[in-house]
Amino acid sequence: MNTTVADLKKGERGCIEQIALKSIPLNLLEMGCLPGKVVELIQIAPFKDPLYIKVDGNYLAIRKDVASKIQIIKL
Amino acid sequence: MGDKKLIKIALVGNPNTGKTSLFNQLTGLKQKVGNYPGITVDRKEGFFRLNAKTAASIIDLPGTYSINPTTLDENIVLDTLLNPNASEYPDVIVMVADVENLKRNLLLFSQLKDLEIPIVLAINMADQMNKKGISIAIEALKADLNTEIVLISARKNTGIEILKEAILNYKKFSTITLDDLSAKIDEAFFEDLKRAFPKLPLYQAWLTITQFRNLKHLDEAQKEAAKAFLKNHSKVKQLQHRETILRYQQINNILKKDYDVNRVEGTDLRAKIDSILMHRVFGYLIFFLILFVVFESIFDWASLPMDLIDHVFLQLSSWAKTQLAPGVLTNLIINGIIPGIGGIAIFIPQIAILFLFISILEETGYMSRVVFLMDKIMRVFGLNGKSVVPLMSGTACAIPAIMSARNIGSWKERLITILVTPFITCSARLPIYAIIIALIIPDKRLFGFISLQASVLMALYLIGFLTAVLSAYILDKTLKIRKKKFFIIEMPNYKIPSPKNVAYAIIEKTKAFIFGAGKIILALSIVLWFLASNGPYHFKNATQIVKQENPELPESSTAFTKKLGSYKLQHSYIGTMGHIIEPLIKPLGYDWKIGIALISSFAAREVFVGTLATIYSVENEGDTKTIRERMKNEINQNTGKPLFDFPTGMSLLLYYVFAMQCMSTLAVVKRETNSWKWPMLQLFFMTGLAYLVSFITYTVLS
Ligand SMILES: Nc1nc2c(ncn2[C@@H]2O[C@H](COP(=O)(O)OP(=O)(O)O)[C@@H](O)[C@H]2O)c(=O)[nH]1
Repeated sequence: MNTTVADLKKGERGCIEQIALKSIPLNLLEMGCLPGKVVELIQIAPFKDPLYIKVDGNYLAIRKDVASKIQIIKL
Repeated sequence: MGDKKLIKIALVGNPNTGKTSLFNQLTGLKQKVGNYPGITVDRKEGFFRLNAKTAASIIDLPGTYSINPTTLDENIVLDTLLNPNASEYPDVIVMVADVENLKRNLLLFSQLKDLEIPIVLAINMADQMNKKGISIAIEALKADLNTEIVLISARKNTGIEILKEAILNYKKFSTITLDDLSAKIDEAFFEDLKRAFPKLPLYQAWLTITQFRNLKHLDEAQKEAAKAFLKNHSKVKQLQHRETILRYQQINNILKKDYDVNRVEGTDLRAKIDSILMHRVFGYLIFFLILFVVFESIFDWASLPMDLIDHVFLQLSSWAKTQLAPGVLTNLIINGIIPGIGGIAIFIPQIAILFLFISILEETGYMSRVVFLMDKIMRVFGLNGKSVVPLMSGTACAIPAIMSARNIGSWKERLITILVTPFITCSARLPIYAIIIALIIPDKRLFGFISLQASVLMALYLIGFLTAVLSAYILDKTLKIRKKKFFIIEMPNYKIPSPKNVAYAIIEKTKAFIFGAGKIILALSIVLWFLASNGPYHFKNATQIVKQENPELPESSTAFTKKLGSYKLQHSYIGTMGHIIEPLIKPLGYDWKIGIALISSFAAREVFVGTLATIYSVENEGDTKTIRERMKNEINQNTGKPLFDFPTGMSLLLYYVFAMQCMSTLAVVKRETNSWKWPMLQLFFMTGLAYLVSFITYTVLS
């Protein structure tokens, strides 16, 4: 089973393992979502989507479908 | 120094780093907003002096996180910096970076640096360094990045003079790239690339192939070469990813030495505010409260200045009448130009107030939270969290609203937002609603306290909003456009808004409205005036014909003048047009005079009331009774009853809820979507819907 950012609960953190490079926009990498970085899930929007995350000092909101492509190891 | 008189600067940087603040500091009000040739993004340019001899022009490029664009706005940056023949092509780039977020900012810097254009890095928000415990070894960083660096605070106005001095020296800047990454990415590939584009710096060649769809200046040979490289699409994509990872490594290594944060403060405050503003219940409550305050203010605060403007233009008209010799030109000024300008000026208060709020909400960082809260809900209807701003702005005017949809990355969601925004009740509909509601809805209170008239107005707003949302849903299901699924927004730090930035934003948006929509409104009011005061045979011989038909009336009597005015109007060009469409609009309960107003309010809705005023004042020249009383006394010549009775009034109200009655909006939609297809769809769909609903309403009610 792959764990992804979409599986995190509020306040949990994970280390980005491997990104499904093909389906992830370059844009997300450029915003600091790089392998080896720690992602923290800060908040989930009221209807479960989008997700508010902190990664490498950047505060971002991403939609769940993108989040589910960022594979992590839970910390 | 200063061997060149005018230095061209391009201002680049991530969003929210203080680019606008710096631009405002440098140029003051010497700025103008225009368009990039062929595309729709606003082009903000300003002028200032670097020293006694040298002037500078600076263009404020849209904020972007990377040179690889994801939105139309961001594409400008790429397009401008890669085309040396463009008139915008800069001598020097000033890149603004946020000191608190230097790592991510430096990604863009490293890309810009590789373009081999002179660049100076302005690290902004220096005033925050102490508080946040940030220290930077500037000299070391300069050496490592091989670039000129200035620490500035755009808000506190420090470091600006040093920045200017640095810019003056741009010719001495090193334009060598950072460590060449191409060998680490894929040596063989980049060797090929070099051979294919021998004249270009390597990174520019790389961008030429990866972004060739976004570049407009390429010639056929370059396009062919790019396509050849792109055959192996997934490989190119992989290389792009590798490039980004390597760039970050490079930056990390540099920052590890030269940059240090020893206290992480402020995240507490952010978390606390976030937990309230983004709370699942309070978050929405607060947002709706803010919306309520915004709308309340648009209508409450604006009503006084609007009345004043109305009054001033009326006075001006009658004053001009006493001052100028009678004649065609005077007539044009009094009945065409002055009311035309007045019709534009009347919207300034509402647009200014709207942008007062929007820019404050954006400056504080709150708007991103709204986008976060609303995204899922909006998506149900095929919209985007970012559609909130256009829909909200639509209550003032669809034109700035449609333009503000540009930062929506997904084309489908952006298109739908553009298409449905005109359903939102804009302030141009208000004068029509106000006057008709006052005519047909009794001034009573429900349950003793709810005003009936206000409830009807509310209902009209609601109908408009629901139609917008519903149409969005339908469009989402029917438009066959593949959705690009990404949506990434930054959640900026909370900040206290800078009054200067807010003031400048208001001025800029208001100016954009006046010179954009205003031009069309003014032009059409002049055309309208012309059509109303000229006509074919019967119009020209009106005096004689009226005399023959009414031999008992002396030519100097008021009764005669009235008869003459009415006759002239009926036989003017516009009267003829009204008569021609009368059969078409009779089923809706309108007569030919309303027909005239419908035609002319296609220029802009609010012209409806103005046209009726013009029609009636042309009819009874010199009469000062208010337009509402005149409308009340108007008799429907087909039925003999008051013209503006309940069925006709309701039919008219609903017509204006739905109809696409605004030429300027159509023009803007054409510009924004780059095709006539979408504005035409809006025109026929909206106006068709309006006709149908009004027809049913009138038939059922009467
Ligand atoms: N503390 C501080 N805040 C700044 C400075 N420059 C800009 N800001 C604030 O940062 C926010 C973003 O600035 P703005 O100029 O709109 O950024 P842009 O999005 O890059 O154009 C605003 O709230 C500004 O008031 C600065 O030097 N120091």
